[in-house]
Amino acid sequence: MSTMLEVSGLTHQYGQGERAHVAVQDLTFTIEAGQLACIVGPSGCGKSTLLRCISGLIPATGGSVRLHGDEVSGVPDDLAVVFQDYGRSLFPWLTVAKNVEFPLRWQKVSKAERQRRAAEVLESVGLAGVGKKYPWQLSGGMQQRVSIARALVSRPALLLMDEPFASVDAQTRGELEDLTRRVQRDLGSTILLVTHDIDESVYLADRVLVLSKSPAAIVADLAIDLPTERDQIATRESEQFVSLRGEVARLLQSPQVQRTGENAPAETPAATTGTDDTTASDATAASETTAPAEATGAALSDGADTAEAADAAGSPDPTAASRS
Amino acid sequence: MSTTTAAANRGRVLGSAAVTWLVLAAALLLWELVAIGADSVYFPRMTDIIATGADVLLSGPAWRLMLGDAVFEIVLPSLATALGAWALSAALGVALGTALGRSSWAMDYCGTLISFLRSVPPVTLMPAFMVMFGIGVQMEIAAIVFSTLWPIVLNTVDGVRSVDQVKIDTARSLGTPRRYWIGMIVLPAAMPKIFAGLRLSLSIAILLMVVAEIVGGSGIGLRISTTQSTVQYTEMWFWVLLLGVLGYALNTALLAVERLVLGWQPARGDDA
Ligand SMILES: Nc1ncnc2c1ncn2[C@@H]1O[C@H](COP(=O)(O)OP(=O)(O)OP(=O)(O)O)[C@@H](O)[C@H]1O
Ligand SMILES: [Mg+2]
Repeated sequence: MSTMLEVSGLTHQYGQGERAHVAVQDLTFTIEAGQLACIVGPSGCGKSTLLRCISGLIPATGGSVRLHGDEVSGVPDDLAVVFQDYGRSLFPWLTVAKNVEFPLRWQKVSKAERQRRAAEVLESVGLAGVGKKYPWQLSGGMQQRVSIARALVSRPALLLMDEPFASVDAQTRGELEDLTRRVQRDLGSTILLVTHDIDESVYLADRVLVLSKSPAAIVADLAIDLPTERDQIATRESEQFVSLRGEVARLLQSPQVQRTGENAPAETPAATTGTDDTTASDATAASETTAPAEATGAALSDGADTAEAADAAGSPDPTAASRS
Repeated sequence: MSTTTAAANRGRVLGSAAVTWLVLAAALLLWELVAIGADSVYFPRMTDIIATGADVLLSGPAWRLMLGDAVFEIVLPSLATALGAWALSAALGVALGTALGRSSWAMDYCGTLISFLRSVPPVTLMPAFMVMFGIGVQMEIAAIVFSTLWPIVLNTVDGVRSVDQVKIDTARSLGTPRRYWIGMIVLPAAMPKIFAGLRLSLSIAILLMVVAEIVGGSGIGLRISTTQSTVQYTEMWFWVLLLGVLGYALNTALLAVERLVLGWQPARGDDA
């Protein structure tokens, strides 16, 4: 198996000086060709930033991204992105068919061929016969199918998806998940999908990367060895699924991910990032009320996040503290 | 159930169109009655005005569909000036607005200047235009272009600036080349705002056409000032009414074009 994507030491910082915000810090991972990998992480941890760096939409402030060996600078040709917000991502002034044909407009593809391929890919996402409609005439789930079709029409080597199913209802979501897996297998594409939904990541993926809270760093890399054929009901009931989901959930709850600081040294001595100073001072000061002591750490994230983090970490705290 | 609702809706729409025309007819009738009551040369009866208008417009030979000389020598040249200048202004304004809107710094430098230019009442500049372009169609075109350009420029800048970030990201991730960017992303996205500017400037174009013609002495404007100074008030009123009709017709035509071009907009639905 060849390596499709190679991310090494990727760091991205928004802004400069005082207002600087490190969204992604020193990420390193690779994705093999033909893999469907999911990245799961808490809200606001820098998942979208990571995808934008990989897709070349923003230049990373550090590290490098290689797509089948070539350094990414600017948007690579054989890469496509599906955004969460299909309503804003589809071009409302184009019909569904024209939207799907869009990426072929400047390729050496004849008009007839373009139309044929658009119809073909629309059919493969279950949307035969709606080509003449405008996007707003379709339901949300159908619109997201259109944007998946548009992303697939030029047969990209790598498909990036940023929380693609976060804005559709549960039923549609399941359908779209199955669609994604089917299309990925049929076309042999490589997909990197970002989500904050644990179930979704386990159900979809061959592999799950768990990110920590901002700045994002990889805390775990799990192989999902569920059978290739998956079923919305049976798979989700299977013991294997349940235990994998539990594992991801525990990882996301872990202090390492939450970065509340205090009990990080107790449970994970090898904390990955440079928050050690904060951690130490917190550990001495803290027993129960974590919020005030968070002040130094809060420079990195906004207030709501911090409070949320403190809450989330609040329940397992007593046991952890007594253990240490 | 749904068919009755649709029928009811259609009934209401038809009703409202009928009511609109009824109100117009009532206004004309009211004019007639007031004019009869007032019995003043300054305020002729509506029936006289319409009869005079028919005389002026429909005095030609049958092979010209009865259209009189006035149509070819007055109305059409005036319209050609207004529409030609407006079209020129639209082309210039969209191009200039796109350039300014795309540039990250140009509006910082030119924004105030453009707002200033737009705020100058164009009518007050007529003497300046006469000095610069002499009296004639050039001066009229210059006056119309100058006064219709800025609304189009500002609306275009606004439209070009407001392209949704997700669409920009999408287009970039789909590898849209630079040379397609303006035509396939920026202008379509800006089109609703551009049309708003075009409609605004169309009414300004008619206004400035008349003013420039009164000052420059040609077309409909000249007829209005001549009939007024030679006490032919009935014909003067006819020309004034004709301007109203022309303005209405042009606006309706532009709306039809807009509906065609912006047919994709959800708010404009396909059932209306
Ligand atoms: N353009 C920007 N300028 C400054 N800060 C930004 C910018 N975009 C994102 N951020 C910050 O970077 C952090 C990560 O943002 P990002 O959108 O990558 O998170 P995310 O994991 O995708 O979140 P979500 O789950 O809500 O989509 C956030 O704290 C956010 O406030
Ligand atoms: Mg995001």
